[in-house]
Amino acid sequence: MTATTRPDAATAAGPAATSPRRARWRAPLGFALGALLLFAVAPAVLSDFRLSLLAKYLCFAIVAIGISLAWGRGGMLTLGQGLFFGLGGYAMAMHLKLADAGPGQLPDFMLLYGDSDTLPWWWAPFASPAVALAGVVLLPAALAVLIGYFVFRRRVRGAYFAILSQALAFAFSLLLIGQQATTGGTNGLTNFQGFFGYSLLDPVNKRMIYFLIAGVLLGLMALTRQIFLSRYGELLVAVRDSEERVRFLGYDPTLVKLFAYVYSAVMAGMAGALFVPAVGIISPALIGVVPSIEFLIGAAIGGRASLPGAALGAIAVAWAQTTLSEEFPAGWTYFQALLFIVVVAFLPGGLASLGRLLPRRPRLRSRRAPGADPEPEPDPREAPARSGPATAAASSSTTTAKEAGA
Amino acid sequence: MTVFLSQSFTGISIGAVLLLIALGLSLTFGQMGVINMAHGEFIMAGAYTTYVLQQSIGGAGVSLLLSLPLAFLVAGAMGVLLEWLLIRHLYARPLDTLLVTWGVSLFLQQLARDIFGAPNVQVRAPEWLTGNVRLIGGEHPFTLAHNRIFILALALAALVSLALTLRVSPLGRRIRAVVQHRDLAEASGIATARVDRVTFFIGSGLAGLAGVALTLVGPIGPTMGTNLIIDAFLVVVVGGIGRLRGAVIAAFALGVLQAVVEYSATVSVAKVTVLVGIVAFLQWRPQGISTLRTRSLV
Repeated sequence: MTATTRPDAATAAGPAATSPRRARWRAPLGFALGALLLFAVAPAVLSDFRLSLLAKYLCFAIVAIGISLAWGRGGMLTLGQGLFFGLGGYAMAMHLKLADAGPGQLPDFMLLYGDSDTLPWWWAPFASPAVALAGVVLLPAALAVLIGYFVFRRRVRGAYFAILSQALAFAFSLLLIGQQATTGGTNGLTNFQGFFGYSLLDPVNKRMIYFLIAGVLLGLMALTRQIFLSRYGELLVAVRDSEERVRFLGYDPTLVKLFAYVYSAVMAGMAGALFVPAVGIISPALIGVVPSIEFLIGAAIGGRASLPGAALGAIAVAWAQTTLSEEFPAGWTYFQALLFIVVVAFLPGGLASLGRLLPRRPRLRSRRAPGADPEPEPDPREAPARSGPATAAASSSTTTAKEAGA
Repeated sequence: MTVFLSQSFTGISIGAVLLLIALGLSLTFGQMGVINMAHGEFIMAGAYTTYVLQQSIGGAGVSLLLSLPLAFLVAGAMGVLLEWLLIRHLYARPLDTLLVTWGVSLFLQQLARDIFGAPNVQVRAPEWLTGNVRLIGGEHPFTLAHNRIFILALALAALVSLALTLRVSPLGRRIRAVVQHRDLAEASGIATARVDRVTFFIGSGLAGLAGVALTLVGPIGPTMGTNLIIDAFLVVVVGGIGRLRGAVIAAFALGVLQAVVEYSATVSVAKVTVLVGIVAFLQWRPQGISTLRTRSLV
């Protein structure tokens, strides 16, 4: 009740807190298990239809990885990831549309709604595959740099930042709906025939796209884990927990936050680009306010600061949405809302923190005992964590720092 | 010229609705640091209260006037319930409150869909609110619609009563004390938890009033709150927290800007323009138009 303006940093749990010795084999083992499931078990067990659904969920997992860096580790509540998902998705979709139409031809929907028979200037570059692929990464990155720099520089943060980012996603979806002649409007872009020369109607190629997405997901997870464990990752957590202290230590929090924001934007953009061939549509309804928050739900339920937690959470929530909402559409909404409320309110570390909350208690106590803590220098993260309500969760981020240093 | 005037007046009435919504948000955000995403659903609750009352009473005028206090009570009660059930456990975690209340809003929307059905419903406006006042005649007349005047008057009445409550009543004094320094207020014997609950009641009740106002200009549906809540939050962001003045200026400025740009371009271009304007404005004044000065670092 006392510190209402304090950022909710201390409550966001750190990663799986294990002793360095156990952590050494745990991550590669989990990684190998994930690869085995994605590349061997899933394709063998699932039908083509289910596999393409899984490909869609994996795209959401890629978004969730970016969110876990920006929100879980950086404390920036990115409520508008739909904006970047959409930029990546539309960049890819525009290229596929132009490739389907053939050189010099207009995409089919433009012939339907369009009032002119020339291609809009901003469509033209996407005819080249190289430009489209670069656009998938560079468009979200450039926009995120632009927004992030101006927002973080003036220390707009917390709820202000969340609302601004949400409003941006809202405005982007409105903009797309408004320009029906050149963006397809509410219908979005759909009916893709080919993907860089391969027919999307061929089930074998659909499977290849699944493998592509699974590979990208695993690669990005490995990369993001390295970022989590790097010095930058530590600095990001420090900024989350006490931005002013980091500033006084001589770092520029603007740049620290900017990188995490841009990284998560690029993740969302790549996910959007992979989503297009996997699902076959990109439309304003997939990138507006509600989908943007839904990107967060998976990460929140799985565990916002835990990499596997966020990814698995995103996959599980998307899977549950498809299977449960088929049978009980109304019941699913209630269930989703309640699950979300309960997990965020009473288990801020997400389901990933369930397993380690209980066995960690005794060890915490022993660390607090006089003389038991051999740490020579005071850790800047310790103090804010102690005043927070979830000390157990927060002090696990201290363990991360030691892990990384070891 | 008259077109510009008409657009401005439309903008002012949009601003009035935004103000009603944003006052409640600004109160709760300023005092408790709570972002309540379910605020939009309190608007919806107010609107459906009007609808139910009209269905059961019949007379459009009587039911509208009766629904004003009733909607305030219904939405306020929902607000208190939400505060008591969830929000008071989350005061140290504003961003989590935002997410939790979004879950609540999802829940309430589905509830409305199950009770009233997914399609929009309409409230009949009483006769004395149809028609308009003609200020400039001729080929391009400038007229003020009665219902928009009513909304403006309602918003101003709510604003004045709120300002008076905050300024002169003992309750208002307690609220201001808690906003300025919670710990000191508590040490001085103010029951801050109770003040929080009362503030939540007033703020949510104002959203209910906004719901009543909205039945006069548009249909009522389960998702009506979602579209407004973002605009209302932008008002809070631009207005700054803790003071009413900022919210008032921001609400009318955003309403007019939106309406005028919308006329010269399209709705979507207007939204984007307003947003770019807001980001630019925050470069100049990151804390919004008016803010309480404190010596704290954060």
